[in-house]
Amino acid sequence: MKRVQFSSRWLPYAFLAPQMAIIFVFFYWPSAQAVQSSLYLEDPFGFGSTFVGLDNYADILSSREYLGIAKFTLVFTVLVTGLSLGLGLLLAVKADAVLRGAHAYKTLLIWVYAVAPPVAGLIGMMFFDQHIGPLVRLAGVFGWDMKVGLDYTDTAVAMITVSVWKQIPYNFIFFLSGLQSLPASVREAAFIDCRSGARRFATVTLPLLAPTAFFLLIMNMTYALFETFGVIDVIVKDKAANNPITLVYKVYMDGFRGNDLGGSSAQSVILMLIVFVLTIFQFRFIERRVHYG
Amino acid sequence: MIQKLALSGLTLAFTATSTLAATDITWWHGMAGRNGEVINELATQFNAAQNACVLTPVSKGTYEEALAAGIAAFRSGDQPNILQVFDAGAATIINAPKAVIPAEDLITGAGYDFNREDFIQGVRYFYADSEGKFVGMPFNSSAPIMYINTEALQKAGIAEAPKTWEEFEAMAPKLKEAGYIPLVQSQLTWEFTENFFSRHDLQFATNNNGYDAVSGTEIRVDAPEHVMMYQKLKDWYDEGYFGYFGAGWSDNQKPFEENKVAFWIGSSGSFGGLQNSAQMPFTATFLPYWNAIEGAGTNSFIGGAALFAMSGHDDAQNKCTADFFEFLTSPEIQYFWHKSTGYVPITEAAYELAKEDGHYDRFPAAEVGIEQLMLPGGEWSKGYRMGFYPQIREVMEREYGRIFAGETSVEDAMATIKSEGDALLARFAKTTASN
Repeated sequence: MKRVQFSSRWLPYAFLAPQMAIIFVFFYWPSAQAVQSSLYLEDPFGFGSTFVGLDNYADILSSREYLGIAKFTLVFTVLVTGLSLGLGLLLAVKADAVLRGAHAYKTLLIWVYAVAPPVAGLIGMMFFDQHIGPLVRLAGVFGWDMKVGLDYTDTAVAMITVSVWKQIPYNFIFFLSGLQSLPASVREAAFIDCRSGARRFATVTLPLLAPTAFFLLIMNMTYALFETFGVIDVIVKDKAANNPITLVYKVYMDGFRGNDLGGSSAQSVILMLIVFVLTIFQFRFIERRVHYG
Repeated sequence: MIQKLALSGLTLAFTATSTLAATDITWWHGMAGRNGEVINELATQFNAAQNACVLTPVSKGTYEEALAAGIAAFRSGDQPNILQVFDAGAATIINAPKAVIPAEDLITGAGYDFNREDFIQGVRYFYADSEGKFVGMPFNSSAPIMYINTEALQKAGIAEAPKTWEEFEAMAPKLKEAGYIPLVQSQLTWEFTENFFSRHDLQFATNNNGYDAVSGTEIRVDAPEHVMMYQKLKDWYDEGYFGYFGAGWSDNQKPFEENKVAFWIGSSGSFGGLQNSAQMPFTATFLPYWNAIEGAGTNSFIGGAALFAMSGHDDAQNKCTADFFEFLTSPEIQYFWHKSTGYVPITEAAYELAKEDGHYDRFPAAEVGIEQLMLPGGEWSKGYRMGFYPQIREVMEREYGRIFAGETSVEDAMATIKSEGDALLARFAKTTASN
């Protein structure tokens, strides 16, 4: 690799400065503020605050409600990530094999990605509406009296379905381009060595797709943890009641609607730690197994 | 629509140029749809009526979002002159005395007379401090009332709508037999908890319903009468006498509009919208009460929201805000607002004007809300004041949902609401302790 030498010792720092400034203003500073306000109980209008140490954390972690939401978030994240990755991969492999009308298939599979999450939530909600939802009627045919908005599990099913549906196209695009960039020579060699399509896929195609899959794993987990907010907001229609929600939605409810700044700051610090641990885990243990060609 | 927009744009441009020296004030509110349009109309009328001030209303989404936006703006020093705050958020803003100029002080300070007795009984206390001084200016006041599907009553052979829950219970089987869901409501927290306490004159929270002190206030949702109400609702739900479609307002209103429900507990402010959407003739009456509970039948709390004059503005702007409050409480404007939205008029004079004009002869149901607010009051029907109350409502919504989903018993649900609610109240007391 070509070595680049800077003539001045300060020049590289000057080039870095704008980026660092942005990171500092939009990430480090708010994070520090969150940590600080999580140690206080503050009146909504900001007239006074009482230092309470780690009380906010203790309150949260001892709340059965919060732990229930954390458990749902875990299940939700695993299911949404797993299902949207799996289905995205399946569709990409099948679309890659299609010869005639490939464009039409691909476009049909991709367009959903252009739908904004709240709009996707609205469309999804129409399908699951108590009074007019076609999917609710379909479930009724099989004897399942689906009550989205009333029944915890039914709402969870609707939430996961809409979130997965929204995310499949994203995974599809990446997997498809990953598949198309696999060297033809490797695939042909594999074709000669092994007759079983499934085995070829498992031993040759999949390992070669690993970098794409690893990237998507991280993106999908972030999606499930944070970006599904819009979908959830639309499905619970502003009133969570006894419906399942994720940790991010809880931060919003307590902070922006309940005006409990200390409590919701503590929750967001906890979320930050979760993401921190997840990131370390992913890069330490999973990325090692990924082979970048 | 486009023409209308262009026209309002023109009037806006015109007023803006003709009042160069005018003082600008802003009003953040949480109303959308038809009510939001009426608010814009109010502002246009105010701006046309005088030259000194220009009022700009801005919709901030829902009530909760308007309050959150107002708080965030206050913290960064960009607060509007007027902020609309809903009933459940009243404690949050009233307990931050430095954020608000009490409406009464503002109005008298601007040289106007202010008479608490001009206002109807039901709206006098809710947004006032414990001495009765108006902190917020009641604006869109509503009452939970019972809408009646007259067609359903005819089919079931019922002559008169129930006044009490006992009467309802007796007629419910007939209505079910006629193919209707006898009862549906749209917001349990407001209609069956808060106003259960007001209609039955029962104490809702310690410390004089929370008015006397922030610290040590406890919620009394576990009162045996209140537990009984929800036990009944659950029994009715199991029998098919009560329909529950989740915590969302419109999911529950819809079946009534579609002529599937006999009685729907909604807001007096729903009246305007229902006239367009209901597929059958309907009328309305008071929210029922239990005859067996002694002292029941008192007035309900006012729902809806009030306007708060935020501090931190110069005298000229505060004078404009006072002018607008004065304008808003004039009988003609109150009557206009009442007619267009269904919210109740807040002054006796406006109520008289509506009567004289024959509004209630044309729409008898429009009078129910104000009549219910004017019912004789009791010790506990003036209002309640609890901090972090929006969050307490969320806890209630969650637990009530669990009751109807069969995941918890009524007693357990109330015990959970009480313990989580009291914890929230104690937290709120800590936040204001350093003020």
